[in-house]
This record gives sequence, structure tokens and C-alpha cells, in this order.
Amino acid sequence: MSEEKKTREKILDVKNLDITFETTAGKVHAIRGVNIDLYQGETVAIVGESGSGKSVTMRAAMGILAKNAVVNSGEIIYRYRDNVGGIDYNPENDASAQWKEADILKMDKKWIRKHINGRRIAMVFQDPMTSLDPTMTIGKQIMEGMIWHYKIDKKDAYDRAVNLLKEVGIEDAEKRMKQYPHQLSGGMRQRVVIAIALSCNPDLLICDEPTTALDVNIQAKILELIKKVQKERDIAVIYITHDLGVVAKVADYVNVMYAGKIVEVGNINEIFYEPKHPYTWGLLSAMPDLGTDDDRLYTIPGSPPNLLHEKEGDAFAPRNAYALEIDDKLEPPMFQISETHWAATWLLDPRAPKVEMPKELKARIERMKKEAQANDSKL
Amino acid sequence: MKKYVIKRVVTALFTLLAITLILFILMQLMPGSPFNDEKLNDTQRASLYAKYGLDQPIVVQFFRYVINMFKGDLGVSYKISKNTPITQLIASRLPISIGVGFAAVMIGALVGLCLGLLAAFKKDTVWDTLATIISVIGVSVPSYVFALALSYQFGFKLKWFPMLFSAKDVIGSSVLPSISLSMFTMASIARFTRAEMIEVLGSDYMLLAESKGLSGNKLIFAHALRNALIPIITVLAPLVVDLMTGSLVVEKIFSIPGVGSLLVNAIQSNDYNVVIALSFIYSAMYIGIMLVVDILYGVIDPRIRVAKEGD
Ligand SMILES: Nc1ncnc2c1ncn2[C@@H]1O[C@H](COP(=O)(O)OP(=O)(O)OP(=O)(O)O)[C@@H](O)[C@H]1O
Ligand SMILES: [Mg+2]
Repeated sequence: MSEEKKTREKILDVKNLDITFETTAGKVHAIRGVNIDLYQGETVAIVGESGSGKSVTMRAAMGILAKNAVVNSGEIIYRYRDNVGGIDYNPENDASAQWKEADILKMDKKWIRKHINGRRIAMVFQDPMTSLDPTMTIGKQIMEGMIWHYKIDKKDAYDRAVNLLKEVGIEDAEKRMKQYPHQLSGGMRQRVVIAIALSCNPDLLICDEPTTALDVNIQAKILELIKKVQKERDIAVIYITHDLGVVAKVADYVNVMYAGKIVEVGNINEIFYEPKHPYTWGLLSAMPDLGTDDDRLYTIPGSPPNLLHEKEGDAFAPRNAYALEIDDKLEPPMFQISETHWAATWLLDPRAPKVEMPKELKARIERMKKEAQANDSKL
Repeated sequence: MKKYVIKRVVTALFTLLAITLILFILMQLMPGSPFNDEKLNDTQRASLYAKYGLDQPIVVQFFRYVINMFKGDLGVSYKISKNTPITQLIASRLPISIGVGFAAVMIGALVGLCLGLLAAFKKDTVWDTLATIISVIGVSVPSYVFALALSYQFGFKLKWFPMLFSAKDVIGSSVLPSISLSMFTMASIARFTRAEMIEVLGSDYMLLAESKGLSGNKLIFAHALRNALIPIITVLAPLVVDLMTGSLVVEKIFSIPGVGSLLVNAIQSNDYNVVIALSFIYSAMYIGIMLVVDILYGVIDPRIRVAKEGD
């Protein structure tokens, strides 16, 4: 985490985002009031089950929502410093650089393409097997964005692309430039995707399940690579994942998402050691645990709600063993627990009965804490 | 790559040889003989058989035929026009058929491509529906129906184009037959292009390209088109066969002096050699087109090209 030597600059502020999709079956209310903050150089994770709206939120932030999406309300404020000096410009070294802000939802497609996509926010997708154009060389795919955004010449772009390939740990960079995606392994392709993402010097990298499709040992390497470039280039990273193991390794802050809403947000310690929302309890309990002999895997009972049908009250209530009567009638607001920790569950209301997290989870968290301490003292 | 091409060419030649054999056997099995004329007595018939080598064992007949073929000699017609070498019979007709066929393929491919792309880009709009209707009609209505309808409307009633082929106006009189023949190709290509393009537009790599900030045109021309069009090359070959079949009837309708109408005549009059020779030519054209398509595919699609590069 940053050592607070400089003031934290907020670069992304998603406020009250609400999105529906028009489908032949009706309106799918996929995003129901999402709030997310992100500061320069920091890492935020968004966790949640499949279909909870993680990808849609990020595509909204990129301005590349599907055509049938309707934004009902909300703002996506992006703060940035004008990249006046071309591809190598670094506003950190420019005292006159001014912060500007723009609501991506209000900007037209052309502006977003020119100023945001690739240039300030870049994306790494889940499946590197399908996210590269199979009929274009690796080199061209890396050079394309730089030439497009910064109008640099081919030779310059080529040299930069070779350096990027080296930066993401690909050997024989010159040879790889001429190759096609199918000639590279999965891990290698994901490195190429990361190189593409870095090519235009973005401030923010959105990684949508960047390691899910990869072998376990390659997963760790890719996470390390993202961490490395993040540190070197001081960029912010948003991880979208349903793997809390990944979150634990990389994130500063965690947003837990359920059925199109953020239900709990906090820093990494708050989410892992003092979770408040029963859904977060469920997610933590469902993590594979190497520390016990018990290899039965817990799963949260039931399945996420069908977002085609609006329902009163808390969307998680039907699956929640700790649901209160009010959960069926009224959606819980966000209750504040600490400066950084919020959770949307009626259990936090002063009038609610006192409910503790499940004993097994508590024991597990204690174990995790001890492990972490042991690791810390080892260092 | 070179090895791959050579391999393909050799395979094609063997396929052709096998087809010749099958054609030959089929013709032997057919009832009737070109000299069924009642006025001929047995000795006369025997001397005719001897003259054309029909008294030899079948194997010998076959090998003689193949060897002659390699020399560019397709034998002579027995019936349609006596003793004319088939090569000569075909020489004037083949260019006309190829011309009409080629025009049909071009019209079909280009119009089909545009229609398919329009449908894909304007998916779920009236344009899409319109394109779908046109292509359903195109695949389900046989080409001779189009031929009759077009020749009635634009040849007979409006008189824009000649109803029957005339040697004085080759281009003008090729318009209606080419359009009739192109309909199936056009409709199939339109449907295929639409499906391919929609799949490509929804792919992860298009999303990644979009997330780079490229403009819409750049996305389509740099990424979408190539990926959508490569597979279309493969459907072209079977469509050409279909077109050749259609040409048999369409040539008759417009009385085009092409190989299609010649084949129909030859079959009706049991003219063995002409039927074998023409079937051979049709097969050769098809195999040739397949070969070109295969090699083209290998050159255009890097996934295949690179795999073959080592060869
Ligand atoms: N174009 C669309 N049309 C209709 N519904 C959509 C569309 N895109 C997304 N949705 C719906 O929005 C909801 C959220 O989808 P999203 O892709 O954000 O989930 P996710 O959290 O990223 O899940 P996963 O972990 O599987 O990637 C889902 O119910 C999905 O069906
Ligand atoms: Mg997703």
C-alpha cells in the first residue's frame, strides 16, 4: 500500500450507478446503485458471484457498454491530468499539470475513445485465448494503440512494443513481434494483453478475472507481473474476480458485490478479518482452506436472484440464514463501521438482534490472522 | 508452404483420375449404345465398334482414354455431330459458359457480402429482416424459376435484355442468365456473412480492440472484416458446384450455346464420349476451384499458413 507520502488523488468515482438491459424477455436490472472509489496507484478488488454485475460496471467505466444497456442514473467521474506532452509525458514531473474531471456517462463515444479508452483506462480480459485477434501479429496489436493515440511513427512504435514485451517478461521479443496469438501459450498471451494495456501509459488498469483461465502456477506469475508494473508505473488497478485468494494477494480495498449492488466495502483487513455482511461471510467460508483437514467445501445455499424480476427488500435475504423480517420488505442502507468500512445489512442496525459470524468462520479467520502474523515476523 | 501446395496439387490430380474411372464405369453400365440405329446390320455395327475401339476390353478402353486425355484429345462425338473432335465442340462453348458462370459468382459473392454485412451491422432492424427475406427466397427458389421470371419480365415484357442468347450481344444477353444463376450464391453468402460477422463482433478480441479506443471504421477494417471473411472463402467452392448444376437448365432456358446445353443434349442422345468429357471438365473445374480455395485459405489465414510454413 502507498505510504501516504503524498496526498491520495481520487481518479475514479462511481456514484449511484443504475443500469438495465433491454432484452426480448424484458428489462434486466443488472446494476442497482453501485458506488466505487478508486485512488491513484491503489488496488481495488470487486468480488462477487457470476452475474453479480462486475463486468458490466467496468464496461460502463470504460464507456463500452453493450448497445442494449440503458443507464438510468448515476455518474462515473474520472479525474485525470491532460496528457499534453505525448506518449512519454509524465504529469508527476510537470508542476503546471492540472487535474480535470469528466463524467464518462455524459461524454460522447468519440471523446471517450480519444481520451479514455486505452489511453487512460486499459483492460485485461479473462481469457487470453480469445482476447487477441487471431489474424493479426502480436507486434501489430501492440503497436496499434500507440500509433492511433499518439500518432508516433511505425519505427518508434516498433521499438516501444519490443520494450513492452521485455517489460512483461517475454523473451525473444523481436521474434514474438512477428508471431500470431496461436503460436503463444496462454500465460504468454496474457502477458501480451498486459503489454497492449500498458502501451499507451494508462492511469488505470482494469483486470477482469485476469488469471481465471490460466494454470495455477502461471496465475501467480501474472499477478506478480501486474503488481510489478503497477508499482513501477504508479497506476491504479481494479481486479474483478470471484476468487478471494487473489483478492488477498493483491488488493488494498475490496468491494463485495451482490445482484448489482455493492453490499460491503472495506480495506483488505476489514473484509478478511472483520466482515460484517452475511454474504461476505459466505464468500469467506466458501474459500478453499488448506489449513484444515476438513476438505468439504462450503457453498452459499441457493442461487443469485433473476434480475429480470424486481423484488422488494434485500436481494440476498432468500439465501441468508441470518435474514430478519425487515429484509423482505426494505432494502438495507449502507451502515458505516469505520472510516473505510461499510456494509449493507440490517444486522448492523442498532435495533437488530446481536448476530455473530458463524463459529467455523471465526476460527478460520483466527487461523488466517496467525498465519499472516507468522509470515510478517518471518520477513 | 511449397510442400503443402505440391501435396495439394498431387492429391487433386489423383482425385481427378479416380473421377474419370468412375465416370467411365458408369457410362459402361448405362443401357443403350450410340449405334442403336435399326438400319445397321451386325457387321456394320461391328465395324463401327472396331473403328472407335469399342470392341477392345474395357481396361484397354479406359487407359487409352486417359492417355488421350493427357494429350488434350477428348475423343470424338459419335452422335451429336459425327466425328467432330470433342475438344473442338467444346472450344467455342466453354468460354461462354465460363463467362456467364464467372459473372454469376462475382455478382453473387459481392451482393451477398454486402447484404450479409448490412444485416450484421444493422442486426435486429428492418435492414436485417429485409436481408433475411431476400436470402431465404434466394436459397429456396431454384435458379430456373428466376430464369423464367427474369426472362419474362425483363426480356419479354420490358425488352431490356434479349430473351434468348444472341451472338451479336454477348454481354447484354449474359445479364439475365448470370443474375438467375447468382441468386443461390448470393443468398448463401449473405446468410453466412451475417452469421460470421455477428460472431466476430461479439468476440473478446473485438472488445479488447474497442477498449484500445480505436474508431468504429478502424475496428471494422483492421479487425472485424478479415476475421469474418476468411471462413467465407471455404463456402465459395461448394456454391460454385451448385451454380454449375444450375447452369445446365438455365443455359437451355436462354438457349445459350454453352457446355451446359451440350451436356443435356449429349445425355439425351447417349453420346458417351461427350458426356464423359464434359463431366470430366466439370469435375476438373470443381477440383481446380477447391485447390485454389485451399491454397488461398492457407495463404490468408495465419493459423493455417504458419502451421504449414514448416512444411
Ligand atoms: N448485453 C446484455 N444484455 C442483457 N443482459 C446482460 C447483458 N450484459 C450483461 N447482462 C446481465 O447483467 C448481469 C451482470 O453481468 P456481468 O457480466 O456484469 O456479471 P459478472 O459479475 O461479470 O459475472 P461473471 O463472474 O460471470 O463474469 C447478468 O445477469 C447478465 O446476464
Ligand atoms: Mg464478468
